[in-house]
Amino acid sequence: MRINASAMAFSSSFKMNFRHAKSFLLGAIALGLLASLFADRINPYWLFIFYDIGISIVMAVSLNLINGYTGQFSLGHAGFMAVGAYTSAVITNQFGDLSFFAANGIFAGALLAGGLAAALAGLLVGIPTLRLRGDYLAIVTLGFGEIIRVILQNMDRVGGARGLSVMHGWTNLFWTFGLAAVTVYVVASLVNSTYGRGFIAVHDDEVAAEAMGINTTKYKVTAFVIGAFFAGIAGGLYAHAKQFVTPGGFGFMQSITFVVMVILGGMGNTVGVILAAILLTLLPEGLRQLAGYPHLGWIGETRMIIYSLLLIILMLTRPQGLFSFKKTSAPK
Amino acid sequence: MSALLQLEKATIRFGGLTAVSDLDLQIGRSELVGLIGPNGAGKTTAFNLITGVYQPTSGAINFDGQSTVGRKPYQITKRGIARTFQNIRLFPSLNVFDNVRAVFHLHLHGDVRHALWRGKGYHAEEKSIAKRVLELLEIFQLGKFRDEPAKSLSYGDQRRLEIVRALAAKPKLLLLDEPAAGMNATEKVELTRLIRFIKDKFQISILLVEHDMKLVMEICERIAVLDYGVKIAEGKPDEVRANPKVIAAYLGD
Repeated sequence: MRINASAMAFSSSFKMNFRHAKSFLLGAIALGLLASLFADRINPYWLFIFYDIGISIVMAVSLNLINGYTGQFSLGHAGFMAVGAYTSAVITNQFGDLSFFAANGIFAGALLAGGLAAALAGLLVGIPTLRLRGDYLAIVTLGFGEIIRVILQNMDRVGGARGLSVMHGWTNLFWTFGLAAVTVYVVASLVNSTYGRGFIAVHDDEVAAEAMGINTTKYKVTAFVIGAFFAGIAGGLYAHAKQFVTPGGFGFMQSITFVVMVILGGMGNTVGVILAAILLTLLPEGLRQLAGYPHLGWIGETRMIIYSLLLIILMLTRPQGLFSFKKTSAPK
Repeated sequence: MSALLQLEKATIRFGGLTAVSDLDLQIGRSELVGLIGPNGAGKTTAFNLITGVYQPTSGAINFDGQSTVGRKPYQITKRGIARTFQNIRLFPSLNVFDNVRAVFHLHLHGDVRHALWRGKGYHAEEKSIAKRVLELLEIFQLGKFRDEPAKSLSYGDQRRLEIVRALAAKPKLLLLDEPAAGMNATEKVELTRLIRFIKDKFQISILLVEHDMKLVMEICERIAVLDYGVKIAEGKPDEVRANPKVIAAYLGD
């Protein structure tokens, strides 16, 4: 009986009850596999939106580990995405046409390599900078993202500012949603474990966390490296969905988009962040569709203004996150 | 018997200010020692020296036979010194249960891989941790609040939870930084009982920094008095109470 009660306690502070974690993971991957079998019946326009959604989920959920749970404000997530995108694209571009199994095998390897390269970048940025706090860290990560972009712009080997063509469109529903599921599984498993409560402790009070035996630097670097790893994977998926990458596609505004997803979903609320990633990916597309109807053409020109206004209204009315249903406590 | 904690001529200077000067202090096993002094005497600084928040400019600090100089706070906590804070510092977004559970990572056998693989060993360990956390909460009558956010507890309960959280680190030495601050008379009586109970039940040493003379005189076996960073007296409560230097420091010359 006691054990049951404590399992409830696990879930009560953060929404997700993660007792059936592995069943969730396998179920989601099987669903992705099933969906990919019917992919040729889906309108390609929608197929690409589904890819975008899956990639946004990977990006937002991994950023949530850094910004939401661990409380380190990173503005460089698109930079890690770029590292993964270019690394995996350079690898797969070495290969010509391949059989089904060989192609997927190489793709898996390239995605992993992209993730590892991004994780390494995360480690290199994280170790010297994570002693900084709040705004300072935000500025440093912002600078890092820009450095990545400028380096890529000046690397002729990968096309420079003109961009890099990616030969293989290997991204499919199985890979996007399978890897989105893996990301959710890893982040939720981590933060729901006793080990992972340390991330939230660091977020809440670094001095107290340190006094309670938590190696705050190690926790912050761990969050940063894991977050960067999945951003790199998302970059690989992105590159092999669009089949064309430019340094400009991974700029500061991209990072901001993911930060908005995290904030809108409710910092440190995985389910909320997933929903926000879906909503914010669909919203611009939905508005684009609306503009196609008679008398609604004006939406076309004002689409981004409407989008921004909606964000302002959402933040004013639901500052705790759109999908956060925790009881609001009385103001201090 | 060698002392559990031993400060020898511990000194810390901030620029021109010597906050703690040549402090000698010993705490034996299962001893309850009080550290008192007027405002700004260097009590909290001494605390921060022991817990590794500050490094001494000179002097030695030994705990359980090893020097703690150069160690980070989390490493010192792992060795067996846990503390509470003058202004309560719980983890506000975690509930009562998780505030204590977060500290149990110190006693984990597995690491990140364990948490990610979620095998049998992981579940068994999490279950045993949950059991130990609840036992600890029950001892201090906090079990009924386990699902409440830590910040929703009453002031006295928050103080108690902070002590429970420190005990979860299984310390050999517990440092209490002004635990009676902001408490009314009834709560202070309760606290006195609580500190005695902890010492008897867990058989640990306690160093108490406190403003409230009555509380310190009542429960401490030995008291050290700081004034302007210098130890001006040390001894049994009665001796300290009668010491003219102490009276002068508190009441002015």
